[in-house]
Amino acid sequence: MKIVVTVKQVPDPNSSHVLEADNTLGRDKEVVLDPGDECGIEEGLQLKEAHGGEVVLVSMGPERAKDAIRKGLSMGADRGILITDANLSGADAYLTARALAAAIKAEQADIVICGTESYDGSTGMVPPILAELLGLPQLTFAKKVEIDGSKVKVNRQTADGHMVLEATTPVLITVTAAIAEPRYASLKGIMAARSKEVKQLSLGDLAVEAGERAETIEAMADAEARKAGAVIEDDGTAVDQIVKVLADAKVL
Amino acid sequence: MAKVWVYGEMSEGKLNATAAEIMARARELGDVTAITLGAGAKAAAALLGKHGAKSAYANEDPVFDEFLAEPATDALADLHEKESPDLILFSFTSDSRDIAGRLAARLGVGLISNASEVGAKNGGFTAKVPYFGGAKVASVRANARPAIVLIRPKSFEASETGGTAEIKELTVSIADGSKRARVVERVVEASEKVKLEDAKVVISGGRGMGGPDNFPLLEELAGALGGAVGASRAVVDAGWVPYSMQVGQTGKSVRPGVYIAVGISGAMQHTVGMKTSKVIIAINKDAEAPIMKMADLGVVGDALKIVPALTAAVKAKKGKS
Repeated sequence: MKIVVTVKQVPDPNSSHVLEADNTLGRDKEVVLDPGDECGIEEGLQLKEAHGGEVVLVSMGPERAKDAIRKGLSMGADRGILITDANLSGADAYLTARALAAAIKAEQADIVICGTESYDGSTGMVPPILAELLGLPQLTFAKKVEIDGSKVKVNRQTADGHMVLEATTPVLITVTAAIAEPRYASLKGIMAARSKEVKQLSLGDLAVEAGERAETIEAMADAEARKAGAVIEDDGTAVDQIVKVLADAKVL
Repeated sequence: MAKVWVYGEMSEGKLNATAAEIMARARELGDVTAITLGAGAKAAAALLGKHGAKSAYANEDPVFDEFLAEPATDALADLHEKESPDLILFSFTSDSRDIAGRLAARLGVGLISNASEVGAKNGGFTAKVPYFGGAKVASVRANARPAIVLIRPKSFEASETGGTAEIKELTVSIADGSKRARVVERVVEASEKVKLEDAKVVISGGRGMGGPDNFPLLEELAGALGGAVGASRAVVDAGWVPYSMQVGQTGKSVRPGVYIAVGISGAMQHTVGMKTSKVIIAINKDAEAPIMKMADLGVVGDALKIVPALTAAVKAKKGKS
């Protein structure tokens, strides 16, 4: 079974995010493998351990994104592909998905695993666009995946519980953070990752034209902050003050 | 007038509430056609008429409930051929996300996702989109036509116009090749007395609650106030409470009259889902927690003492009136 996991390098969620003048991320800042993708890699590895096969990581980003792939390889993935091209700077979800689709198509994967959305962009749109471009059915928001031959069964997270979905391979699955606790890379894994293949591809290699951007970011501003109100130490009157606020808001 | 579509997501015969919210903005941007697919679609189309849709297409074929995304994508792509809308609005909810992404790829137009606002500008459409978990807000212009925009729940307040939509049957034939991701079963894990999204008061707990055993304190307060209990991502990830209670970027968006954040530091990931609440009260032992900077009233103290006392005070006050 061939499993492709899409991965992305994102600004460290624990760092402050500074944007360049053109509203792109300063990618030389602190960057990490998207924590959501670690869960996707873990699920891919568990499927491989249960059913055999190969786990291939595919990413799009600057050359530095190889570090994110390398991290996944140290967890146990077999090899990586990085699509990097100057014309991909500031790529939107559609262009990103077109580039990923071209690389993944050549892999003839049985299962493509994506996170539900990236930490930084949070658009959640690459997976469904990718599924359409690859001509695959999509089983989304999975918190559990079971495979029996070519049959794939997924528990899909819903607002009040889950739904059970079924499809046959090849299929694209998006996974939530609940899918699996990512393993730590062992020292042996880190050493082994150094010699694993990471193929670098340009848009030309994939015969993808960047074309016009579907969207343009016109401005980027700090989110509107709410005005801070009173902050009080609880000196015994806090409850009365809260009750007053509740009464003023007419919920009491 | 611009031709605007609003996709009304259906779930088990009911219209997702976000569609009516989106109508409040959509009807200002042009003539709105609502599209509803699956069980209950006709009643839902009529409801969206009351919210300002001039016309609606409905189809109650069970195929839309039995299979994810692809049948709906086929139906919308088909209708797009005939109607060429200028703007298509979806809610940023699971089913709609799946459909919108596929449709954008099918039409080759891209899309703007996770938006909190959409407007007309220079003959096109722009949307406001939170980035980095809500720290920044981008103004994004759609360059292609139709513009496809996904709107976060609770971005607008739904209001009826008293209008009526002319409802048409959407004729579609769904190919077998689109019947692939089959819904086998729907399981309800958590049954809430008051729905989190609809509650007038939401009381959410975070790590500062100390552990799952203390969440009943929040339940009691919610019971006294007729509210619902939410949670931060940290405690959901830790397994204290189910995902259905999560408020934030990857959880639910809420906009109650009063939001009480108990033991929640106020990471962007969380606040993007609750910062449009009318009044925010924070209870936290850390006076420097980010949540304190956005709360109308911040109380520095021990949540495990304050919450039960507050519950008692609320009950006493209710008893009197």
